[in-house]
Amino acid sequence: MNDAVMILYYAMTAFFAVCLAWNFVKTKNLQKAFLYLVVLMPFVMRLIRLK
Amino acid sequence: MKIEGKNATILKVLALVLWLGVMVFAGKAFYDHRNWKETVVLGPGVTSTRSLHEWFVPLAGSTNDCNVYVLDSGVPGSTILVLGGTHPEEPATTLAAELLVENAKPTSGRLMVAIHTNRSASTVTRPGEAYPQFYSIKTDWGQKKYRMGDRSANPLDSWPDPETYVHFPSGQMLAYMDIRNINRTWPGRPNGLICEQTAFAFMEMIRKEKVDLVIDLHEAELEYPVIGTIVAHQDAQEIAAMASMELSAGEFRIGMEVSPRSLHGLTHREIGDFSDATALLFESPEPFLDRVRGATNEKLLLTGQDDFVLKAGKAGLLYWPIDEKGWPIELRVGRHVATIEKVLEVWGMMYPEKPIALDGLPSYTELTEKGVGAFFADPSALAKDKVALE
Repeated sequence: MNDAVMILYYAMTAFFAVCLAWNFVKTKNLQKAFLYLVVLMPFVMRLIRLK
Repeated sequence: MKIEGKNATILKVLALVLWLGVMVFAGKAFYDHRNWKETVVLGPGVTSTRSLHEWFVPLAGSTNDCNVYVLDSGVPGSTILVLGGTHPEEPATTLAAELLVENAKPTSGRLMVAIHTNRSASTVTRPGEAYPQFYSIKTDWGQKKYRMGDRSANPLDSWPDPETYVHFPSGQMLAYMDIRNINRTWPGRPNGLICEQTAFAFMEMIRKEKVDLVIDLHEAELEYPVIGTIVAHQDAQEIAAMASMELSAGEFRIGMEVSPRSLHGLTHREIGDFSDATALLFESPEPFLDRVRGATNEKLLLTGQDDFVLKAGKAGLLYWPIDEKGWPIELRVGRHVATIEKVLEVWGMMYPEKPIALDGLPSYTELTEKGVGAFFADPSALAKDKVALE
C-alpha cells in the first residue's frame, strides 16, 4: 500500500513537471519562462531522486 | 516582458542553460552528500561486523541496512546495545558510538554498537536552515570528514508522509513528520515505512540476541527541558539514578528522569515494554539546535559557542547553563562515553552474575583535554579488513 501511494506521488510529480516544461516551451513572456524553470527544479530533483 | 521570434528562442535557450547549470551544481552537492562514505576503524575489541538485515531480511540493501559492530569478550555476561545516530543532526552521538567501536575492549559480556541507527536521516540535511553538509574532526593525522544529517529520514526513502502519523501499536496520534523520526516509531512493524521497519529490525535483534540493556544517545537544544540527563525506562531507573548521582558528585552534572508511560514511540518506553531489555536515553547539550542561534555553521556545530544562545542563557531563558566556552564537541562526546562507563559500572554492581566491563576507553578528562580526534586512527594506514564503511 505504501509503495502504491509513493508510486502515485511520483506519477503526480512527473505530471506537474511535464506541465511546467510545456508551459516553458509555450510562453512568450521571459519572466514567466524563468518562473517555470525555477518551479520545475524541485520536481526534477525528486524525479531523479537527488533531493 | 514579451519576447517574440528568434530572440525568444535564444533567450529561452540561455535560460535553459542557466537552469541546467544550477541543477547540475545543486544536484552534484546533493548526490555527493547522500553517497558519502564515512570510514570506521575496527578496534581491538571488534569481533564481527554485521548488518541490520540479518535480523529482518526485507531491510537488505535499503538505506537503513546499517552496520552493527559486535565486541564480544568471550566471557559470559550481559549484552549491551548502544545506538548512535538516532538523530544524525546530533553528532556527539555518532562520534561517541564510533569511539566505542575503535577503542573499547570488553573484558566481560558483549557490546553491540550501531553508529547510524537511522542512516537515511544522515543522508539529508536542512538547507532551509543553512545546515552544513559536512563537518571535520581534527586528528593527529589530519581532518576526518563526516556527513551532517537531519532529525528525520530522507523523504527519498520514506515519502509521502501521512497527514497524521498514527503510532503502532498504541494508536497514539503524532505529528506527520514523526513517521520519519525513528525515535517515534519504536517498537516498529514489519510492513510499515522505513523507520518503522528499522525499529522493528532492531527489536528483532534485541529479542534474538538477548540484549539486556539498550543505550540510545542523543543531544538537545538548551531551550528544551529534557537536557543533560538520563531518561530511563522504569525498569532501569535505579541504574540511572545511581549513575546520575555518582557522575554529578564527580565529573559533571547530569540529571535523571523516568520515561513517561503515555508517550509512545521512544526507545526508553517501547524497548522496555516490548522486550526483555531495559532502556536508557542520554541527552547532552547542543547549542547548534537552539532556535535562537546565530550563524548555523560547522564552527557552531563543533564549538557550541553562540552569542545569541549565550544571551538567552543570561536572560534565564534556557534549561541548561552556557558560558563563553560554549559546549564543544569533546565535552559532549566525553559526557556520553563517561556516562556509558558509569552505567555499566552500576550495572555490574546490580547484576554481578551478568557483568559487562570495557577497557580501552579514554576518560572524560582525557577526551576533553586531547579532543575526540586523538582517539581515531588513520584508516588509510590500516589494512582494508580493519576498516568499515558507513
